[in-house]
Amino acid sequence: MPEGKFCNKTPITTEEQLKATLGDKGGKQYYEEMNHLDVDSEKLWGAIQKTMKSRTKTWLEICAHCGLCAESCFLYQVNGRVPEQVPSYKIQSTLGQMVKKKGKVDNEFMQMCMETAWSKCTCCNRCGMYCPHGIDMGVMFSYLRGLLYSQGFVPWELKIGAGMHRVYRAQMDVTMEDWVETCEWMAEETEEEWPGLEIPVDKEDADIMYTCNAREPKHYPEDIAEAAILFHVAGENWTVPSEGWEQTSLSMFAGDWECCKDNVVNVYSAIERLRPKRAIGTECGHAHRATVIEGPYWAGREDGQPPAPYIHYVEWLAEALRTGKLKIDPAKRIKEPVTLQDSCNYVRNQGLKDVTREIISYIVEPGYFVEMAPNKEHNYCCGGGGGFNGIGLYREQRNVALRKKKQQILDTGCKLVIAPCHNCWDAIRDLEEEYEIGIRWSFLKPLVIGMLDVPEHLLPKDE
Amino acid sequence: MYDFLTGPMLWATFLVSFGGLIVRAIMYVKGLSWQLDRVAYRPHMSYGMRGAVRSILAFIIPFKARLWRTRPGFTIIFFAFHIGLLVTPIFLEAHNVMLQKAFGVSLPTLPTGVADGLAWVCLVGGLFMVLRRIAFPEVRIITTAYDYLLLVITVLPFITGLIARYEMGDYNFWLTAHILTGEIWLLSLPFTKLSHAILFFMSRMQLGMDYGIKRGGMKGSDMAW
Ligand code: SF4
Ligand code: SF4
Ligand code: SF4
Repeated sequence: MPEGKFCNKTPITTEEQLKATLGDKGGKQYYEEMNHLDVDSEKLWGAIQKTMKSRTKTWLEICAHCGLCAESCFLYQVNGRVPEQVPSYKIQSTLGQMVKKKGKVDNEFMQMCMETAWSKCTCCNRCGMYCPHGIDMGVMFSYLRGLLYSQGFVPWELKIGAGMHRVYRAQMDVTMEDWVETCEWMAEETEEEWPGLEIPVDKEDADIMYTCNAREPKHYPEDIAEAAILFHVAGENWTVPSEGWEQTSLSMFAGDWECCKDNVVNVYSAIERLRPKRAIGTECGHAHRATVIEGPYWAGREDGQPPAPYIHYVEWLAEALRTGKLKIDPAKRIKEPVTLQDSCNYVRNQGLKDVTREIISYIVEPGYFVEMAPNKEHNYCCGGGGGFNGIGLYREQRNVALRKKKQQILDTGCKLVIAPCHNCWDAIRDLEEEYEIGIRWSFLKPLVIGMLDVPEHLLPKDE
Repeated sequence: MYDFLTGPMLWATFLVSFGGLIVRAIMYVKGLSWQLDRVAYRPHMSYGMRGAVRSILAFIIPFKARLWRTRPGFTIIFFAFHIGLLVTPIFLEAHNVMLQKAFGVSLPTLPTGVADGLAWVCLVGGLFMVLRRIAFPEVRIITTAYDYLLLVITVLPFITGLIARYEMGDYNFWLTAHILTGEIWLLSLPFTKLSHAILFFMSRMQLGMDYGIKRGGMKGSDMAW
């Protein structure tokens, strides 16, 4: 069974492999090799028999082929409502066939599955809300991705992404040293303006252990500084772990379940080592899904909960505003039409719809907040979820996918979009780049910092 | 023939059909896996059951779930079809006469006019289901011959029943055909996609538990199905 140098069934586990695969620009050789990759039918069927339980089996069997799920999928809507984008069709023609054929499928079929799994579904779980049988394609496509990954049929960027998580336990090559250095550097820089500000690393028994998305230390370290400012102003006793600070999981989007487990266990051990009262994650939907919603199951925690209460940033922020730990200067509230992106991963997938609106009530002048339609758990994916944003091969399809969010935003008439999720933030940035509709977008942290009513004693003393 | 079909054959059919459905429900629960499904069913049973009930209710009450509200036309026909399918055979006078003979008990029965109407609703509903499969590309692409076959199995007892009821042609022939097709329908329940009669509840319950436990329920946030 010919396996390529880059495209093969073995996960990337060493730095050399990782660098070599990265060196194959755009995955040119990788995708070429994929054309010759064999399918190990026996292993595939074995995996299906072992892991396909009641839920998926029943879903495949009882799908009434009624097509009611069609309209629920934003990808169906933006792709001219072609029948090939009907959720039920997408899964029946891929996973459904794979099961029917007992894993005896060929390379061409697997490549078709790969394209469907990563460019025709963002695992946003919206269709599951509209199918009378409760059939959730997002769940099934995640499952299919796992099968495809184990056979080497995975987009180049996600093979690398999972490799990054395996090698660095971060979605980017941020090592433990890089991370700690970034924290020290950010603390130093920020301290000038915020006397007494600290970013304590590995402090035991703190109230809060803060974790983030590796893009922050890598590309926007100011996000860490902003988190520090808000914790500082709120008077929180907090810390970051030196190891186990990264809560994202590209491996989840790649379908590399073994790697998912390894990463989340690493974060949980930080909790066990530092014994914080609770953990708080950054403004990132998929990171939250990975560490809080799905993570406990990967780690085999029977109660489905992380070792300490683990909340999303919006939950902490709402609480800090509610209890008066953070105070907003009413004069500085947002006084322009503003809308909110409900991230699939913590709104539809964890019910944090009201808490985000509570924050809005503190930071936006009454009358200026405009809801998207539909909103809350019925909101559409930003267009770049499930890894879609990062896959070069499907850039065009992703750009088409952005049109739904573009239209939703245009319909609100707002020029400012609050996007408390890294991935949504990226997608909205890309949609502005691609379609130039003249909008701005922001995380919550910088907005809130800009309108804080800071107690006198925290301000720098005039000399 | 008639005696056999309404005697031993009928009892065997009931046994296989309802027994089979129960077996499928049990197998479903047994085949759940908290870790693979990523739902902590047992430790959070009360949240789970709450979500399960909400999830089922939203979809068995017309116009409760958002799905039903977005498609009023379909919703009316869909519910009419299913209500006719369930209510007619259970409360039909002729069926209850048989029950009375066999067990000495019977259920309240429908006035003949209502029963006729419901039967017609099923037929028209079935016809509509076929037509939309042909007419709409998003339904056509996922429709298979099997889907049509199941529709035929489902409406045949109604067609034969109505013909017998209006005494068109040979009454005894159509009555036998009615009993036979009815039994075929019952026997198909556990072995085909018609098993959704029970598996619908299982699947809805499972997703309801998922949302009730992991995806918001424990945050005190109910899913607005
Ligand atoms: S999970 Fe989302 S993207 Fe995938 S098929 Fe369903 S609605 Fe479409
Ligand atoms: S709505 Fe559900 S049952 Fe109907 S076709 Fe879609 S997945 Fe199948
Ligand atoms: S909403 Fe995000 S998946 Fe859609 S991309 Fe944003 S968190 Fe996901």
